[in-house]
Amino acid sequence: MIHSLFIVNSSGDVFMEKHWKSVIPRSICDYFFDAQRKASNNEDIPPVITTPHHYLISVLRSNLFFIAVCMTEVPPLFVIEFLHRVVDTFEDYFGECTESIIKEHYVVVYELLDEMLDNGFPLATESNILKELIKPPNILRTIANTVTGKSNVSATLPTGQLSNVPWRRSGVKYTNNEAYFDVTEEVDAIIDKSGATVAAEIQGYIDCCVKLSGMPDLTLTFINPRLFDDVSFHPCVRLKRWESERVLSFIPPDGNSRLLSYHIGSQSVVAIPVYIRHNISFRDVGGGRLDITVGPKQTMGRVVEGVILEIPMPKCVLNCNLTVNQGKYTFDPVSKVLRWDLGRIDPAKLPNIRGNISIQSGSPPPESNPPINVQFTITQLAVSGLKVNRLDIYGEKYKPFKGVKYITKAGRFQVRT
Amino acid sequence: MATSGGSYSGERPPSVDVDYSADPASGSFFSTEFKKHEDLKQMLDSNKDGLKLEAMKRIIGMVAKGRDASELFPAVVKNVVSANLEVKKLVYVYLVRYAEEQQDLALLSISTFQRALKDPNQLIRACALRVLSSIRVPVIVPIMMLAIKDAVTDMSPYVRKTAAHAIPKLYSLDPEQKEELIQVLEKLLSDKTTLVVGSAVMAFEEVCPERIDLIHKNYRKLCNLLVDVEEWGQVVIINMLTRYARTQFTDPNTGDCAEEKERPFYEDEEVAEEIEGDRRPKAMDPDHRLLLRNTKPLLQSRNAAVVLAVAQLYQHIAPKSEVSLVARALVRLLRSHREVQAVVLTNIASMSTRRKGMFEPYLKSFFVRSCDPTHIKALKLEVLTNLATDTNISVILREFQTYIGSSDKEFVAATIQAIGRCASNIREVTDTCLSGLVSLLSNRDESVVGESVVVIRKLLQSETVGHRDIISHMARLMDNIKIPMARASILWLLGEYCDKVPKIAPDVLRKMAKTFIVEDDIVKLQILTLATKLYLTNPKQTRLLCQYVYNLAKYDTNYDIRDRARLTRALVFPPQGHEDNKLTKHAKKIFLATKPPPLQQSSFKDRDQFQLSTLSHFINARASGYQDLPVFPEEAPDPSVRNVEMPAVLPIETHRDSHQKRSKPQKMKSFYSDESSPEDESDENQSESESESDSDEDTSDSDSEESSSEESESESDEDEVEDKSRSKKRSPSGEKVKKQADTESSGSEDSDSSSSSSSDSSSGSESSSKEGSNESSDEDVKDKKVKNKTVDRSTVPPGGGNRSNLDLLLDLDDSPPAMDTPLLTPSLGGLLTPTPSAQQPQPLPPGASIQPASAKFVPTTKHELLNRISSGGLTVAGRFTRSPHLYSPRMTSVELTFTSNGSEEIRDISVGKKKLAPGMSLHEFAGISVLNPGTTLHGTLGVDFNDTTQPAVFDLLAGGRTFNISINAPVGELITPVAMNENDFNLNQGKLRGMNELSGTVNLSCNLCNAKEITSRLYENANVLQVQSYDDKILRFGGQTASGKALVLLSLTVPEEETDLECTITINCEKMVISSMLLKELQSALKKD
Repeated sequence: MIHSLFIVNSSGDVFMEKHWKSVIPRSICDYFFDAQRKASNNEDIPPVITTPHHYLISVLRSNLFFIAVCMTEVPPLFVIEFLHRVVDTFEDYFGECTESIIKEHYVVVYELLDEMLDNGFPLATESNILKELIKPPNILRTIANTVTGKSNVSATLPTGQLSNVPWRRSGVKYTNNEAYFDVTEEVDAIIDKSGATVAAEIQGYIDCCVKLSGMPDLTLTFINPRLFDDVSFHPCVRLKRWESERVLSFIPPDGNSRLLSYHIGSQSVVAIPVYIRHNISFRDVGGGRLDITVGPKQTMGRVVEGVILEIPMPKCVLNCNLTVNQGKYTFDPVSKVLRWDLGRIDPAKLPNIRGNISIQSGSPPPESNPPINVQFTITQLAVSGLKVNRLDIYGEKYKPFKGVKYITKAGRFQVRT
Repeated sequence: MATSGGSYSGERPPSVDVDYSADPASGSFFSTEFKKHEDLKQMLDSNKDGLKLEAMKRIIGMVAKGRDASELFPAVVKNVVSANLEVKKLVYVYLVRYAEEQQDLALLSISTFQRALKDPNQLIRACALRVLSSIRVPVIVPIMMLAIKDAVTDMSPYVRKTAAHAIPKLYSLDPEQKEELIQVLEKLLSDKTTLVVGSAVMAFEEVCPERIDLIHKNYRKLCNLLVDVEEWGQVVIINMLTRYARTQFTDPNTGDCAEEKERPFYEDEEVAEEIEGDRRPKAMDPDHRLLLRNTKPLLQSRNAAVVLAVAQLYQHIAPKSEVSLVARALVRLLRSHREVQAVVLTNIASMSTRRKGMFEPYLKSFFVRSCDPTHIKALKLEVLTNLATDTNISVILREFQTYIGSSDKEFVAATIQAIGRCASNIREVTDTCLSGLVSLLSNRDESVVGESVVVIRKLLQSETVGHRDIISHMARLMDNIKIPMARASILWLLGEYCDKVPKIAPDVLRKMAKTFIVEDDIVKLQILTLATKLYLTNPKQTRLLCQYVYNLAKYDTNYDIRDRARLTRALVFPPQGHEDNKLTKHAKKIFLATKPPPLQQSSFKDRDQFQLSTLSHFINARASGYQDLPVFPEEAPDPSVRNVEMPAVLPIETHRDSHQKRSKPQKMKSFYSDESSPEDESDENQSESESESDSDEDTSDSDSEESSSEESESESDEDEVEDKSRSKKRSPSGEKVKKQADTESSGSEDSDSSSSSSSDSSSGSESSSKEGSNESSDEDVKDKKVKNKTVDRSTVPPGGGNRSNLDLLLDLDDSPPAMDTPLLTPSLGGLLTPTPSAQQPQPLPPGASIQPASAKFVPTTKHELLNRISSGGLTVAGRFTRSPHLYSPRMTSVELTFTSNGSEEIRDISVGKKKLAPGMSLHEFAGISVLNPGTTLHGTLGVDFNDTTQPAVFDLLAGGRTFNISINAPVGELITPVAMNENDFNLNQGKLRGMNELSGTVNLSCNLCNAKEITSRLYENANVLQVQSYDDKILRFGGQTASGKALVLLSLTVPEEETDLECTITINCEKMVISSMLLKELQSALKKD
């Protein structure tokens, strides 16, 4: 399936390669660079590139390209999903996945890649199993290993690999038993010129951080489980109980994991927490004017924080001369992005930005106004109204610390002007 | 060595005694590099693990960066024996990378792996196998093969998984091993561990995807385990099962596809389903349903690849009404990474060309955001255009309108084309779109205008009404537009509709003639066309202009244009003397013919030829190794191949005519009614086993499987329930078959365990028969050939519909005489089923379908064993019941009938001393305490004749007296019937040739003129079962000796004409005594009397 993997940085250097079958020369990446040149930006590079004998399937994560080389028919999503899983694993191991981090930990990276794929077919991708096979690097262990001569590599097969709960290590022990759940909801919306909602969806996640000893069996119940429209689960969740009782019953993976993600589609009514009153106009002479006011809408009494507005200005805009009554703004003359970081919205005094936009002299004014991309967060609120009812633990005696956190964020939130 | 370059050796400290500078060329020039390797070598040679590890890490660093580290091979390979696991692993990594280049040296490491393959630690074993199989050195192919074969039977599923991975590696190294690998693979495919099956199927797909027959037996297991398999395995299994389903099941949509296409969308879904339901010709195969049911929960997988795999499965094999289930899950994936979006959108675009209704509710999810990458935008546009219907078009057009203002010009152009497509597909909005597009003509952006012109041209062409204004408006644009395609389009429009704008067109031509030389090629061609058309319609005004243009074109640099000019000129201005050329006369017809409007359809339409979710589909080209998705077969192949154990095969024709058939069971019933006869018992037994199997299923099946089935049941929308009930109603046979299969499989499991625990004999016979077949290599080869043949045939097994009807028929009979009997006694089962090894389930050998069956004929004649005169009132008669004896399957049941004819009651009837020949045994009947005068009682005796015709002699104690009884069994009664299919029959007959084959001819008695008669006569004389076959020239019967379980294969040629009554009997059996005696008996039974 996957013959080789090349990791390429943003400047076009192949700084790591791994082959699972016969070696494929790295010159194959030239096809990729050709495609890169043709594309207007890195995002536009097609995920699959056909070459005379090979197929290059690539993903772009944190400004690195992970290019898998395949030679025969393979489901492209299979490879893409796997590459993302590889990056997820790196992030899990090293905190982040950048060129310098990968270079620093190349041995672990190599061992991981070797363990994750055998002959191009995924072997072990479950993070808990990998962590037992190859210990994640940390300073303490590095020192201990140099002193004692132990290695980072396990000599025994992780029990998870054979059990039917591969996501959990055996013999987990914590002094403080705790289980935290983060309910995160992202609002994707398109708002049209007049402020009406064109499309709005909610993408929600429940991430858990479970540090519990032994083999606990948890059940998580919701006050209003009917809200869920379309759900996907971590393999640990018992589908049967979900279908019959709408209860999440599972043996949790150790550490951090995404328990479920759900989607509340465009058919249901989604509350939009902010409104934006905007007035952007370009004139033939003397540039344009901009006046934007942001206000809270359906926030259920919570404060809207971390509000950032980003406006990709037309290419002919030279500079912006604006005044704000709150926060600060920047204009990047290269990418032509106006960014206004205004912080929290105070309903008493609505944040406002206004001023002039100067346009290249001689060029005609742009015909259409730029869209506004909005970011915000609201803590302690799940905008869909989702609420966790209770968490019960079975199978273990201790009483864990439990906590649930709700956050609503803007996802792909766009206002057309 | 010491003679290396002077300057170089001078540099080196003389104390280093090992001189590596063997190659003078590598001297001072590469010295820095060389030295670096030098110290690595020293580190590797040291005896400190820390240093070795450090060195290995640095070497791996070189490998990772793609630098050549092959020079270090000898130094590294030594460390393969290192005790430090990390060093070892890194050495493995290095080896896999370079072994191919340094094959000879790589061989040094092989013995280490061979030792590690026997390590008690499963991780080490697996690791060794992985590396051993990854070293691409052809010399070690035999070693790899051995290692894989060992690993396949390893205790640890992890090692077995590794073995599965090793199979494609070996295959790619040496494709000649295919046959052998397939055998190994067969074993792996039957593995029941979730960890293994995914990899096994992956290996199957890589090595022998065409051997779909290997899947039959594992199909249900795969379906049931699917939820628990790891996600990557799920993808592979689902893809494979899609292909499988396409070859084994019939199209669930037959008959309603045309109707479906016409219906634009699904708003009245329920009504539609009802219609569809009524129309459905036949119920779905339960296995087909099983697959759909078990894959459905996977739509909730977190892995996008799994979700898409399920989606394509539904698209390709599910009934139309159920496909829409997957839409929601696919839409969810759109929130994922950019690359995932691209793939999913491509698939949605392809699906939406066929089924609009499916994605229509999610229309808004496809609205474009300005931050989407361009190719995602284009895909979303494609989907939106595909989804456009007359109800939602206004929403879509409003959306398109906002896109036109986008700063992404490529996207704007795509939007304009999308509008054009909507306009031509939906009549209601054509005018609105056209006016919208015309207004775009005044757009400042040239590319927008250009694109609009092209689209308008296409639209006008399909419109019949004149659009004079638009054309003249466009003609005016000619001065401003620079885009060649747009200019060409305008020119073409003017030419085509020149009669509508008679004044403007010549003027435009005049202008174009001026700028001809600077125009683009495509524009020049259109100028030529315009000139020609104008000349033809309006020769007076344009003759000169036209000739001028031709002259310009004649000297153009482009040969296409010169060619075109020459061609058209000859047509329009014929050379001297050819004025009455026919072509010239018809020139007007040629040039001004009405052209068919361009068909604007999705560019995704032609992707239909590829299976969804594949690479080929994504790139819209055939990727190497792509296999076409087979078309549904017209007639479903035999569904019984998926039964884990074959059900009793029924002869096509029953041996008695219906009248007799009906009367006989009744007779039997009355006969048995007074006691617990074997028949009743069997009934009980069966119902018991059925319930048992049910409960078994509940307990033994894995939790999640249960969950999946239950959940899908609870979840199933109404239509499914309806569906189910319908299928029950319509074809109870299908349902029955499934149930039967279930019970049978559980029964076989039972028998498996029992046979492994108790009857050694069976395993003995099994192995002995194997030995027999292995004895001569010739036979082996033959064997293989036959097997291949079987494979070929099994892909096109004989009609199943026929059979299920028969089942139905027989089920309606209140007491089925011979049908479902393999379960009568648990001990009877698994004699021919393989003996499972202690560690793991063994796969079934090819002949596993050979099943003990029940007798087709039960003799009613009794042989008097004890005369009342000699016994003083007690009559004992024996009858062979042909039912298996409960005590041991080796025994032949003899029913003894005790009748007291005297006036006194007879007490204590029991078996006394047995005088049996060595090897024989006898199981006594339950003693009878009192036999009243004038009454009759029965007892069943089990005799193991040990496949000899020696009589069983024993003493019968009755009322204090001893009688000597001798039971003489005809050879026909020493055989028990077995059910097998024709393939197995041929296969086994192939094994039993030569000395084991005996044949003779017989002149049939005149009343045995047809096959039916012969069959029934044969059944009376030998306890065998007919093998179902299409070939009616030869009658085939299968049986096995009761004790030794040696197969007895009987074949009779049926006389073709009534006058010629010679029949040849062939018997294949390894027990020659049996066959010769059987032959004699049959000859006498069948011959003319």
